[in-house]
Amino acid sequence: MSDVTRLTMTEALALLNKGEVTSVDLTKAHLAGMESARNLNAYITETPEKALAMAGESDKRRKAGQTGLLEGIPLAIKDLFCTEGVQTTAGSHILEGFKPAYESSVTTNLWNQGAVMLGKANLDEFAMGSSNMTSYYGAVKNPWKRQGDDRDLVPGGSSGGSAAAVAACLAMGATGTDTGGSIRQPAAFCGIVGIKPTYGRCSRFGIVAFASSLDQAGPMTRTVADAALMLKAMAGHDPKDSTSAPQSVPDFTKSVGASIKGLKVGVPKEYKPDGLSAEIIGAWDKGLAWLKEAGAEIVEVSLPHTKYALATYYIVAPAEASSNLARYDGVRFGLRVPGNSLDEMYMKTRAEGFGREVKRRILIGTYVLSAGYYDAYYAKAQKLRTLIASDFRQAFERADVLLTPTAPTPAFGLGENLDDPITMYLNDVFTIPTSLAGLPGLSLPVGLSSDGLPLGLQLIGRPFDEETVFKAAHVMETAAQFKRWEAR
Amino acid sequence: MSLDKATVQKIAYLARIEVKDEELEPLAKELSGILHWVEQLSEVNTEGVAPMTSVAGDLALPMREDKVSDGGYPEKVLQNGPETTNGFFLVPKVVE
Repeated sequence: MSDVTRLTMTEALALLNKGEVTSVDLTKAHLAGMESARNLNAYITETPEKALAMAGESDKRRKAGQTGLLEGIPLAIKDLFCTEGVQTTAGSHILEGFKPAYESSVTTNLWNQGAVMLGKANLDEFAMGSSNMTSYYGAVKNPWKRQGDDRDLVPGGSSGGSAAAVAACLAMGATGTDTGGSIRQPAAFCGIVGIKPTYGRCSRFGIVAFASSLDQAGPMTRTVADAALMLKAMAGHDPKDSTSAPQSVPDFTKSVGASIKGLKVGVPKEYKPDGLSAEIIGAWDKGLAWLKEAGAEIVEVSLPHTKYALATYYIVAPAEASSNLARYDGVRFGLRVPGNSLDEMYMKTRAEGFGREVKRRILIGTYVLSAGYYDAYYAKAQKLRTLIASDFRQAFERADVLLTPTAPTPAFGLGENLDDPITMYLNDVFTIPTSLAGLPGLSLPVGLSSDGLPLGLQLIGRPFDEETVFKAAHVMETAAQFKRWEAR
Repeated sequence: MSLDKATVQKIAYLARIEVKDEELEPLAKELSGILHWVEQLSEVNTEGVAPMTSVAGDLALPMREDKVSDGGYPEKVLQNGPETTNGFFLVPKVVE
C-alpha cells in the first residue's frame, strides 16, 4: 500500500471494509506524518496514545460487524471543541491546561460513529482571526507556497490548524467552526473543502463560545463526498443546545453525484467590488460555466445590503463575545493571576490571559453594549441583520443556490495584514453575510492562481438545504479535478 | 465617535481588563478607528425594521420539565479551579 494518508475518507472506508487496511494502520501513518510535519504547527496537542487506543477499539468493532459512518477514520479536532480529559485551549493562554470534564456534542457524535481523534488543531485565539496568527500557541504555516517563493503563507483562520492538517494529509478530515468565515476562508486558502452548515444544524454544546448567534461547527475535508459524510455524522438535534434545530438530518451523501439539471444558480451582483482580482473573477466565471454545462441556469440576483455586512458583524460578534468571554475570570478554570482584591484579580488575569485581538474585541463589544450607546450600535446592527437576511430571502425566490468567491485573495504571507485590523477583517467580506443570515455556505477549491495558490469558490444555500449545496459542489469538483494533495 | 483615554479606561474597567497607562492612547486610536468604520451603518434608514434577535427564525424556544437533570459531582465541577477548598472555589476576600 502506498501512503494511506493520501486516501480520501471514502476510499479509506472501502479499504477498511475489504480488510486491506486497519484503523490502527491508518492512525499510525497519520501520527508519523504529524511528527514529521510539526514545523507547520497545525496541532496544539497531539494525542497519539488516545488515537491508537481508539483505533484499536474501532478495529475490534469492525470485526464484530459494528461499523459507524466514520468507523476507523482519523480526524483532527479544532481546539475549540471540549474533549473530556484532553487539554482544550481555544488558542488562548487563559485556557492553557484546561481539561474539560465533559465532551462536546459534535465530537461525541463523531466518536459514536467510530472516528478516531489524532489531536487538537491550532486556531486563532477564541476563533477571532483570519490568519491563525492570533493563536497563543504560535502561527500555523500553510502547506502551500507560491511558486518559486519560499516564504511562508498563512493557512487562513480561524480554523487554520484544521485546514493545514487536512491539506497536508495530517488528518483525513477535521472539525472546524465558523462565525464569520472561519471554516470557509481557511478551506479556500489551503485548497480543501469546508462547509458551514445552516445555523442550528450542529449542536454548539461544548464548543467554546465566541458569538453564539453566529457560531456553527462543520467539517473540513479533501472532497465534497467526505464533507457530506462527515457532516451527516456531526449534525443532529441536541437537547443540550436550545438553538439546535429539531430536524432530522438528511443523508447528504445521496446528494453527491445527483443531477443539477434546471437548477437556478444566482450570482449576486454586489459581490464584484472594484479591485477584486481578475484571477478570482476568472475562477468564478469558470465555476459558473461548469454549472451551466451540467444543466444549471445562471441568474443575476441582488443583495443590496452586502456592503454593510462587515460593519454589522463587527458590532454583533464583539458584543456577543464580550458577554461570552466574561466567564474567564480566574475563578472556575484556566489562568489566574493573583491580586489584592477580587476586581484586581479579575483585571490582572484577563489582561495577561487574553491576547491583543481578543481584548480589542471585548472592549469594542463592551462599548457598543454600554449604557447610552446600545441603540446607536447594537440595536442598529440587529436591524441591519434583518435587512441582510431579507436580501437573501428575496434572492432565493429567484435562485436555488448562489455562487460567489470565498475570499477576495489567495493566501497571504505570514505577518502581513497585521497593521490595521480592518484590512484583516476584509478577508471575510464574502463569507460574513451568509453567517449573519444563518445560511449554509461551502467553499471548494476550483483552481490555482498564476503563482500557484489554491482559489476557492463559495456556494450558499437556503436554510437547511445543504443538499442542493452538495449537489452543485460535486458537479464543480468533478469539473475542476483539483486533487493536488495526492502528489504532495 | 472618537474615544478618549478616560472612556477607554472606563470600558476596560467594565470589561475587567487591566490596561496600562501607556497603552491607553494607542488603544483609544485603534478602537476609535473601528467605531468610525462601523458608523457607516447610520447611513441606512432602518425605520420600521425589526431587530433580528434570533437566527433560528420562528422556532420557539424549547421547554422542558423543571427538574434537576444533571449534577451531583462537585469534584468534577471543581477539578479545573485554580484555587479550591472544602468543595468551594476560593477567591480573594470580598467582605471585610
